[in-house]
Amino acid sequence: MIPAPAVVDALRRRRGPSRATWLGIALFSPALVYILALVGLPLVLAFLYSVGDVTVGSVGYRFVGLYNFRSVLASPAFRRALLDSFVFTISSQLVVIVCANALALALRERFRGRGLVRFLVLLPWVAPVSLGAIGWKWLLDSIYSVVNWVLAQAHLVNRFDPPMWLGQPALAMASVIAVHSWRMIPFSTVILLAGLTSIPKEIPEAAAVDGAGFWRTHFQITLPMMAPIINVAVLFGVVFTFTDMTVVYILTRGGPYDTTQVLPSLAFFTGVLGSDLSEGAAISVFLVPILVVVAILMLRVAHRAEIA
Amino acid sequence: MAGPGPRRSLATRLGRWAIVLGFAILLAFPFYWMAITSFKQTADLYDVEHDPFIFNAPPTLAHLRYLFEQTLFVRWFWNTTLAGAAVVAITLVLAVPAAWALARLTGRWGQQLGIGIFLTYLVPPTLLFIPMSRVISTLGLQDTLWAIIVTYPTFTVPFSIWLLMGFFKAIPRDLEDAALVDGLTRFGAFVKLVIPISLSGILTVVIFSFTLVTQEFVYALTFISSAEHQTIGVGVPIFLVRGDVYYWGSLMAACLIASIPIALVYNLFLDRFIAGFTVGAVK
Repeated sequence: MIPAPAVVDALRRRRGPSRATWLGIALFSPALVYILALVGLPLVLAFLYSVGDVTVGSVGYRFVGLYNFRSVLASPAFRRALLDSFVFTISSQLVVIVCANALALALRERFRGRGLVRFLVLLPWVAPVSLGAIGWKWLLDSIYSVVNWVLAQAHLVNRFDPPMWLGQPALAMASVIAVHSWRMIPFSTVILLAGLTSIPKEIPEAAAVDGAGFWRTHFQITLPMMAPIINVAVLFGVVFTFTDMTVVYILTRGGPYDTTQVLPSLAFFTGVLGSDLSEGAAISVFLVPILVVVAILMLRVAHRAEIA
Repeated sequence: MAGPGPRRSLATRLGRWAIVLGFAILLAFPFYWMAITSFKQTADLYDVEHDPFIFNAPPTLAHLRYLFEQTLFVRWFWNTTLAGAAVVAITLVLAVPAAWALARLTGRWGQQLGIGIFLTYLVPPTLLFIPMSRVISTLGLQDTLWAIIVTYPTFTVPFSIWLLMGFFKAIPRDLEDAALVDGLTRFGAFVKLVIPISLSGILTVVIFSFTLVTQEFVYALTFISSAEHQTIGVGVPIFLVRGDVYYWGSLMAACLIASIPIALVYNLFLDRFIAGFTVGAVK
């Protein structure tokens, strides 16, 4: 019989192999038990609820198969939320990655006042998201919006019939996307900055000496070298956007008429406020495929980094 | 690092300044707006004829006074501090030993388990909140601060284990082996040697966990229904609004007061958090 790898590993060590392994298990198990109880168990329950019949008052559990999934898929509100979730995630990530790239390149070199600039640029990410979002609710207020005031001064909007940023479906969606991007740009920027510092400066400089212009150097040399770190920033960005409901909840509560509802906020309104736990869980479960894809891609990045 | 070299054209430098200034203004503007709103008289705020960028009437402390005297703001501040301290304690007790075990003791399993732990960080609250609310009510913790003290470590523990693993791996193994020769047990070496050298890593975890408590929104909104048990993150945007009326002056003051200290502290430790996010893609 071939011994298990862990056993071989343990035998190779000289001092008290099995005792060290036992100590490892003892030190690791409290965290493992906690994670199994409060991440593993609720995760299993989320799947069970989604194929069961559970409401706030109910006691028993009745298996109903795919009933909840059929029911949510038939609802126009859900289909809208599913579409909106993708629109929300894809458009905000596009905005974020373009802006973060530009900002990271601009912040790469040291200059006077860089520390202050970095603090200002980071504010949206480091301040609590719900507070930043409520700040935007005031900036986009229906009557006293400073955004509208500035636009009216520039004669870009009619002072007496200004746009209702959070009250008209298309504008509300654009506002939610913009505010979420505002929040995520700093996060992606610092991740890209970390990546930029690992690129030897000599390479783009040599290209510049050889006559390659700024854009050519950027697109053919810097950008390809940054690809792994851009992947990381996008993967985290997708998770933090696709599964988030804070900006939507605070700015629009999913309105007007559910036109800015995303999957997490719809799950909240259905499962938590509406007390239909099963249907809410079924909506949440639609987040899983995206999370699985992200997890697989993340493992690939980590694996490649290990070999390199 | 050298400053802008002579080869760099004026256009490049101007472009860089335009980007830096443009983004700094765009990203920080809402906080400037919170500040100016906090000190404006109510009549000045709600007059469409007024230039919103200047004080059309003398500044006032009325909104701040209202915030501290007439609302639960101070209470939310203490709730947040208390929950933050408890979450930090739980996180340290669970994550520090686990991270060391994964970094050192469980051999090649350590790497696999470490990645597994990291992946649990990707499981979002919005997937778990519905069953979790059942778990919380079964434990009898609904509408108490305990609800979030018990659940917040679900995101702080995995990320902290991941961060600390990096720190522990950087400590030379020989150092620990030398301690064993000196007659310490492995566990003794961990307590007396590894923990003191890793204090900066542990401090990073403390700051990370604490700021996360101030930033989390979904679980606090789901599990806590009464205003007096809330944290700042939910109390300010939800419970400072009376009916449908937004008291913008005091609301913006609350946002500013809560945001700036957290931002300052977080900023100091940022580079270390980012090391946790780059998943080894940056060496």
